[in-house]
Amino acid sequence: MGKFGLKQILLAIIVLILLISFPWVFRKPFPQHVMILVFMFGMMAVAWNIMGGYAGMFSFGQVAFFGIGAYTSSFLLITYQVNPWVGLIIGGLIAALVGLAIGYPCSNLRGHYFAIASIAFGEIVRTLFTNWKLIGAAEGLTLPMLDESFKNFIFHSSKLPYYYIMLVFLLLSLLVCYFVATSKMGYYFRAIKESHDVAKVLGINVVWYRLIAIMISAFLTAMAGTFYAQYILYLDPDSVLILPISVQIVLISMLGGAGSILGPVIGAVILMPVSEVTRVMLGHKGTGIDMMIYGALITVISVYQPKGVWGLLTGIAKRLK
Amino acid sequence: MKSPLFLEVQRVTKRFGGLLANENIDFTVKEGEIVSIIGPNGAGKTTLFNCITGFYHPSSGKVFFRGSDISRRRADAICKMGIARTFQIVQVISDMTVLENVVTAALLRYTKVARATEKAEEVLAFTGLLEKEEALGIDLTIADKKRLEVSMALATQPTLLMLDESMAGLTRVELRGMIDLIKKIRSKGMTLVIVEHVMEAVMEISDRVIVLNSGKKIMEGVPQEVVQNKEVIQAYLGEKYSAVS
Amino acid sequence: MPEQLLQQIVNGLLIGFIYSLIAIGLTLIWGVMNIVNFAHGDFLMVGMFISFWLYTLYGLDPLFSIPICTVALFVLGLLIYRWIVSKVMKGPMLAQLVVTFGVSIFLANLAVYLWTPDFRLIDKPLLSGTWNIAGINLSVPKFVATIGSVIASLFVFLFMKKTKTGKAILATEMDREAALLMGINTERINSLSFGLGAALVGIAGAFLSTYYYIYPQVGGTFGLIAFSIVALGGFGSIEGAFIAGIIVGLAQTLGGFIFDPAYKYAIVFMIYLIVVWIRPQGLLGW
Repeated sequence: MGKFGLKQILLAIIVLILLISFPWVFRKPFPQHVMILVFMFGMMAVAWNIMGGYAGMFSFGQVAFFGIGAYTSSFLLITYQVNPWVGLIIGGLIAALVGLAIGYPCSNLRGHYFAIASIAFGEIVRTLFTNWKLIGAAEGLTLPMLDESFKNFIFHSSKLPYYYIMLVFLLLSLLVCYFVATSKMGYYFRAIKESHDVAKVLGINVVWYRLIAIMISAFLTAMAGTFYAQYILYLDPDSVLILPISVQIVLISMLGGAGSILGPVIGAVILMPVSEVTRVMLGHKGTGIDMMIYGALITVISVYQPKGVWGLLTGIAKRLK
Repeated sequence: MKSPLFLEVQRVTKRFGGLLANENIDFTVKEGEIVSIIGPNGAGKTTLFNCITGFYHPSSGKVFFRGSDISRRRADAICKMGIARTFQIVQVISDMTVLENVVTAALLRYTKVARATEKAEEVLAFTGLLEKEEALGIDLTIADKKRLEVSMALATQPTLLMLDESMAGLTRVELRGMIDLIKKIRSKGMTLVIVEHVMEAVMEISDRVIVLNSGKKIMEGVPQEVVQNKEVIQAYLGEKYSAVS
Repeated sequence: MPEQLLQQIVNGLLIGFIYSLIAIGLTLIWGVMNIVNFAHGDFLMVGMFISFWLYTLYGLDPLFSIPICTVALFVLGLLIYRWIVSKVMKGPMLAQLVVTFGVSIFLANLAVYLWTPDFRLIDKPLLSGTWNIAGINLSVPKFVATIGSVIASLFVFLFMKKTKTGKAILATEMDREAALLMGINTERINSLSFGLGAALVGIAGAFLSTYYYIYPQVGGTFGLIAFSIVALGGFGSIEGAFIAGIIVGLAQTLGGFIFDPAYKYAIVFMIYLIVVWIRPQGLLGW
């Protein structure tokens, strides 16, 4: 994971070239949109992985940070004409603070108890936002149709700028994850994941490191939220604060391989296109078949391949050695 | 100069609701000593350990380490101050390798992973686990896990090492290995406090022995004295040991 | 004013006892095998639909379909444990958390596929109408459902305390290893408990179907509320779940009345958080 041979660098360059050229090869908006979702959910899965896969805090409430990011930048833009890029940072900081506030009392919660607390957190945030007139309550917010520009973080004529921005965001989050994983922080997170007692006995301030993991995760997730707002130009609680989004993020990480840097991205690459395609092909009639497949897939993966694709690959690599 | 009052346990009492797990436990440990704590199950040995290392706070009484009051300090702070401990049920990080486990421990004193890795390999060479450094924590035998746990404790560079039943579940060969390791650790200047049931180990390595029963300290002395004490025999040892010594 | 308050208290009790039954099922599963059943609400939904279809197709009143619901959900729970959940018991924590989510999503959307997302209602149950006692409106179906739930809860108590199997389940809950050593087949207890937990929430579903809207997503909120109740009562404690159900029911209606009905579920979630922050063992847990 930490060792970069020539092979890995070459592979990374090839993948990067493929990703960069993708929207020129597939010129229709739909595939580009799917890839944007892959990058967006990939980023959120990477963010989740930092607190979940590494530090063992399995959050089913990430959507709250997503929503906070989206709403913060949008509200500031609409009401105070704050530039969305500035709003991006502010949204991230607010999400981190909220993460700190909720994370602190939850410092001793692990496993199931933490998971449910995170669900409770997400639902409370959703209820608050749904009833908060200042930010549009249930009707949500519509972003102003400003002139197309990078500065305005808004593009009308093509999806390409959105595609590249989200790709950069994803790469940024991967970089953050890489630094976390290979640093003292990463080792400490993994100790905390194993057991609080082990961590304490090694001199680790468990509360402090847990909060750091949450804050990093919250900031990155909120960034994705701001992107979403600038991409879709409309948000309401039912699209940015619902539990299924949190669940999707967890699933993507698990499918790809929680606890590895690239796992969540692999999961996004597999799951997002599948979910989008099945939704379009099977789901639009409201039959629920697409979601049935989804649910069955989750169940099967949990039982037979809980370490995800990355776990599968590393297992194969070990046996080939 | 060696501190005579390296670790002071002053009238430590620990209550859990109605249960008195430790009652007025009082003793000191000199720097460089090996002190063993023995007693039947439920005597309060691990509770005492937890009170000293910050996992519990004493209901009353105080604990001093090198002159500082550590009675109300957090467990991780106490580790930073130089007390390392192991657990009765051995705990290592299962999905890390042996090396990564010790690196995690060594990172207490270094910020760079590379430097901590150097230190970790030193420690593993010392404890004899270096050749197994790539093995996953979860794949180790009990004896190796215990050795790993000790390695991790050593990597935090403590001045006081507290071992909780590190000999339990070991074969005769593994036992000899662990005893030798402890002697080796002591020879480097470490002070040790150990909880142990394996009496032959206690007899061989202890400078002093403290006996707990039902939450109280019933006796303290050199090993030979302790095994001949009537109360200790009755409470814990049985007749066999008095005959042997 | 006090009349409205009294009405809310009555409503809170009515839904509270049903919550208790749902929560007892969940706490049983949680206490015995340490698995959070995120599909619990969907078992409720299945119970409601079984009751609905028996009524619509065969004219069987919901009250009489209870035995059928009980058996059907017991079997469903048993199978889900045997075929799916038992396989992740030794797996990583994440898998254990996610697997019942998968089952939940599958069940809810199977219902959408089979029966469409439309809302259904049983419009002419045997016992219907509304009583008016001292200015308080008491819906008869709600009242019957509540009484039924209390009776079912009592049956569970007795089963747990008086029968050999029940005691074996309690023993496994308290100390799994000791139970194993005493010759209790803990794997069988797991299956039984899962089945029993599902059966209980299925019964609650049958009762609820007499007056509540029936639709595939109905399980979602009930499932989440059940977590709060189990936490408040103490994970694994059946008596705790019973009492906590009532408290949460009251908190929901009174909270909604005092603050704003829109916040009634947020209040319930807040209860979960406060309990695990301040008193993690809940009211009666160990």
